[in-house]
Amino acid sequence: MKRVQVLDARGIARALERMAAEILEKVGDESLLYLVGVQTRGVPLARRLARLIAAKTGCEPTVGALDITLYRDDVGPWRAAHQQPLLRDTALPVKVDGRTVCLVDDVLYTGRTVRAALDTLMDYGRPQAIRLAVLVDRGHRELPIAADFVGRAVPTAASEDVQVRLKESDGEEGVWLAREEARG
Amino acid sequence: MTVKAASHLRGKDLVGIDQLSPEEIQLLLDTAEQMQEIAKRPIKKVPALRGKTVVNLFMEPSTRTRFSFEVAEKRLSADSLNFSSSGTSVEKGETLLDTARNLEAMQPDFIVIRHRYAGAPHQLARALKSSVVNAGDGAHEHPTQALLDALTIRQKRGTLAGQVVAIAGDLAYSRVVRSNVILLSRMGATVRVAGPPSLVPPGIEALGCEVHYRLEDAIAGADVVMMLRIQLERQGKMNFPTVREYYDFFGLTPERVKLAKKDALVMHPGPMNRGVEIDSRVADGPQSVILEQVTNGVAVRMAVLYLLAGGHGEPVAD
Repeated sequence: MKRVQVLDARGIARALERMAAEILEKVGDESLLYLVGVQTRGVPLARRLARLIAAKTGCEPTVGALDITLYRDDVGPWRAAHQQPLLRDTALPVKVDGRTVCLVDDVLYTGRTVRAALDTLMDYGRPQAIRLAVLVDRGHRELPIAADFVGRAVPTAASEDVQVRLKESDGEEGVWLAREEARG
Repeated sequence: MTVKAASHLRGKDLVGIDQLSPEEIQLLLDTAEQMQEIAKRPIKKVPALRGKTVVNLFMEPSTRTRFSFEVAEKRLSADSLNFSSSGTSVEKGETLLDTARNLEAMQPDFIVIRHRYAGAPHQLARALKSSVVNAGDGAHEHPTQALLDALTIRQKRGTLAGQVVAIAGDLAYSRVVRSNVILLSRMGATVRVAGPPSLVPPGIEALGCEVHYRLEDAIAGADVVMMLRIQLERQGKMNFPTVREYYDFFGLTPERVKLAKKDALVMHPGPMNRGVEIDSRVADGPQSVILEQVTNGVAVRMAVLYLLAGGHGEPVAD
């Protein structure tokens, strides 16, 4: 396995800083902003964005966590392995009705996770708007979905793997592109 | 003892606790705990089992378990078909296997079965491609009841390992006690069972429990006191002189509860015979978690259906 670093800790920090500024600009009324992280790595990213926004406005936006597992389109017989994905916490401390929800995830790939997240969110209420922020957009969309805020667009081959590691969940910090070495 | 959760269930069916490893039990309880959140949402439904069909084959009376499975199925968006033996071909003499094969010809994904004979779910599990879930078979097993009891204990006491659980009452006719003793002992709890000698089946200690013949001995210092219903309808003859005498010796009274730990949990799988195995002051008292058991039952059954929907391994029925 060959790993190429795409972003280091400083790169992630700079990308998040810029995203925080863009989110504030686009949202307008920051009192309506609700950052919702998609389990698992979207959650620490949402918390970081909330702190960066608080540093600019003096008021920290609401942060929530969303588990999309039960809304996936690949549970049951569509899965190759006989393994249902593990369920994680959903924690939405206040209602989403009327809020501007910004979904936060680490990697945007096929768009299927975002589709599931949209459906999950709708079952919790009627947000005024839903936006999407991702640290890495690696392309290869299978659904008509696009991010509003992107930390870094990384062109990839489908055979490559984008690995996001955050100190909160993984003990190291950075984004890597990994690919199997050609045999020969 | 900390048990790491398994990544999946090995079998296509859940016919008994006996088939489950500690790791699989942990996975079921962890998943059930996450399912509890769905009941608190404005829309209490997720699409995980959309398009799946569940046949609820209840060949014996049941309120709690049947409703609980049905609620679980609806919360996961599965379609439920309810079957009861009255008013159907069972009255015309069709065998269980023929009934089940005919139902399976309509391509259900799950068959949930309650039957008065031990082993009925196992027979179906071997014969059918659908996932079979045991909702109680004779005096044998009632796995989802044991799982919901375990979830209740774990949430109230933090852990199962090291807990002292006293189970008292009708041990001879109870499937709840078998599934509970197997599960709790497998997860590292100490299980004491108690009942009058006429209701203690020989060899029950082989399941992994201590046997007592006085209720007080079983309760002393316990973390959990679980009372079983005296199943008057299952007893060919009375195994004790009178219901009043049973209450005097084996009824859970406020005085007897005091023998357990101060914050011990009082549990009952229902339906209760108030004034027989449990005093109303205890059943409705501050230590009672009887209604929480019912709430947890839905989450446990959602976890079972969700996890079984993922796998199609080999049948584990013996």
